[in-house]
Amino acid sequence: MGTQNFKIAVVVVSLLALLIVVPYCNSFIVLLVTRAMVFAILAMSLDILLGFTGLASLGQAAYFGVGAYLTAILANNYGFGLKWDFWLMIPIGMAVGGALAAFFGLFAIRATGTYFLMITLALGQCVWGLAYRWNSMTGGDNGLTMKGGRPQFGIDLSNDINFFYLTFAFFAATLLALYVLVRSPFGKSLLGIRERELRMRILGYNVWLHKYVAFIIAGAFGGLSGVLWAHANGIVTPETVVLTTSVDALLMTVLGGAGTLVGGAIGSAIVFGLREYVSTLVPWWQYVLGGVYVLTILYLPTGLMGIPERIKQWRNSQKKHETAKMASAPS
Amino acid sequence: MTSASRKLQSILMTTAVAVGLGLSAPAGAEELRIGYLAPLTGGLAQTGIDMRDGFLLYLEQHGNKLGGMDVKLIIEDEQGKGDVAVTKAKKLVLQDKVHMLIGGVLASTGYALAPVSTELKTMYIPSIPAADDLTQRQLKDFPYLIRTSWSSSQPNHPLGQWACEQGYKKIVTIAADYAFGYETVGGFQKAFEDCGGKIIQKIWPPLGAKDFGPFIPTIKGDADAVFSLMVGPMPAQFIKQMRGAGFKKPIIGGGTSYDEFVLPFMGDEAVGDVSALHYSAALDTPKNAAFVKEYRARFNKVPSYYSENNYTTAQWLDEALKKAGGKWPGPEELIKLMVSIKLDSVRGPVSFDDMRNPVQNIYIKKVEKKKMFGYEKDELWNTVTKTYPNVSQFWTYGKDKFLAQPVYDKNFPPCKFCE
Repeated sequence: MGTQNFKIAVVVVSLLALLIVVPYCNSFIVLLVTRAMVFAILAMSLDILLGFTGLASLGQAAYFGVGAYLTAILANNYGFGLKWDFWLMIPIGMAVGGALAAFFGLFAIRATGTYFLMITLALGQCVWGLAYRWNSMTGGDNGLTMKGGRPQFGIDLSNDINFFYLTFAFFAATLLALYVLVRSPFGKSLLGIRERELRMRILGYNVWLHKYVAFIIAGAFGGLSGVLWAHANGIVTPETVVLTTSVDALLMTVLGGAGTLVGGAIGSAIVFGLREYVSTLVPWWQYVLGGVYVLTILYLPTGLMGIPERIKQWRNSQKKHETAKMASAPS
Repeated sequence: MTSASRKLQSILMTTAVAVGLGLSAPAGAEELRIGYLAPLTGGLAQTGIDMRDGFLLYLEQHGNKLGGMDVKLIIEDEQGKGDVAVTKAKKLVLQDKVHMLIGGVLASTGYALAPVSTELKTMYIPSIPAADDLTQRQLKDFPYLIRTSWSSSQPNHPLGQWACEQGYKKIVTIAADYAFGYETVGGFQKAFEDCGGKIIQKIWPPLGAKDFGPFIPTIKGDADAVFSLMVGPMPAQFIKQMRGAGFKKPIIGGGTSYDEFVLPFMGDEAVGDVSALHYSAALDTPKNAAFVKEYRARFNKVPSYYSENNYTTAQWLDEALKKAGGKWPGPEELIKLMVSIKLDSVRGPVSFDDMRNPVQNIYIKKVEKKKMFGYEKDELWNTVTKTYPNVSQFWTYGKDKFLAQPVYDKNFPPCKFCE
């Protein structure tokens, strides 16, 4: 339990550091960190499926996209969500993300392994197809620009720093909520399903229902990140919902370490750092990103969050080696 | 003092000296910082490189100066994605403090960047994005936008007129299924049908389609010609399959179906096809000949309209900044100055209409295999067969009447003669 408290302390301190340092950085960094945090929410929502339930989904962008499109459509057509009603937009976005997941889950949860991957991919692409084709509603490939700008309710969110604080609040709240969720008995049952589905079934757990509920929760938080993304980016295009976004979320989660929640945030920070920041410095940023992916998968299958564990293992083996040497040495 | 901290101290000292020197450097010409956005990775990378090279060529020829100002060109890779373009544009404005943004390829990128320019009060020149409404129904939202290239439907109104004059009565359109395709086909259909022609079928293969096998047999047999709008890797494959399937009637197309960017990938099957655009590398003027030769010598490629448009953008800025006296006049003033300038550009005389889109020649071009500008090999060139001078984005309809109709879409103009 001591190490768990230590880990929590590290996360809290890092979050506080982020909160204090970022507003003093240049405005481009503020922008990037804000975006990375939005994607971190998406990656963490996916981690509930991938890391804690053992379901590799390639369709997480669907909920992200639905949240984002809904935000843009309501704001542009009805002026909804641009004042205090922004706070209504959050639960609406989550509800729609969750509802879509509830619908998709009916098809997807039946499948396992590769088949689950494929069916979530197909369902995700349906949403992309809709965004691309439904011109009158979604603006087709031109997408939707947020004409009214960011919400204003006493606090002016068009100020990037204010918006950073808001996103940070949602990011921290999501982290906390999901942490409570995975530590709860429900979360433990999900872990059980991940480890040995058959045993859970024999023990009398309703495995399907557990997976289904996890799927809906992941969808709801995906919707939340979508609402924030629409405002962070100012434009929603089919690019937002395309397969690449789902793959990005998956890679972020794996890169940081699946089943750790925080891993998704770290992965998101690294991907954004490399793709959006390093790309402004060097033209060969893609090699760096590719290299990071390959090295992580080859040497850190548990992601970057697995590094401390690897070091511990290495130290232990060193120690064993030492003691073995000592023992075998002639006295 | 440890050696590490000593090292740190020496680094700090060096930096301080360097910064000091930088500050005390004699003030020369004022610096013009330009944020340039082009896709340099991904499927549109080659287009992005053409754009960038066109702009660079002008700068190189003019000692890296525009209107007497020293140019600091900061190029960012927008990866062909609107989202990324927005992030990069903000980086350029917020971190690099650029005076203006130039570039983007896709219409969607233009739509993504235009609101950013409004939000950050920074000038934006969509030097390629052709979406009609950027300089039509939505222009009022974008006070800092000025377009130096074209609008999607602009060359296709004259092409519709031309097709009608050739005596074509019935035409089938086959075009990439996205906004640029709709606007191109829309412009063509409007002008063609106003002149008495009939569009009898519209086929929409998906953007990026590589196999037209499923679409070609559905083309109606009583068509006199086919109008195509292909982009990226689509055109070469489309022509190959059409002629391979034994289609003998004329094929005409929107500019990107046959631009210099795709001609090297086409075979003799493309010879005789006709398209329309505001530029052709085969334009037989001394100015263009010089441009093609220099560009080709420098980059080993025939310039495409992507190159020419960006070259001309640089020229336009050069002239406007000269008028401003070599000082940054602010975005509103610079836009006013640009609008006041009639330019003798590589592609011919260009000027702005009152909605900040160029009025320019539209060239009807026929693909021919021949030698040009003294090059030894037979190559495919877009020979100009007819010039429509001073074409505006509103064609002959007049601004108010044109703007009263909705933007061209998949279902507008409606296909009255499709069964």
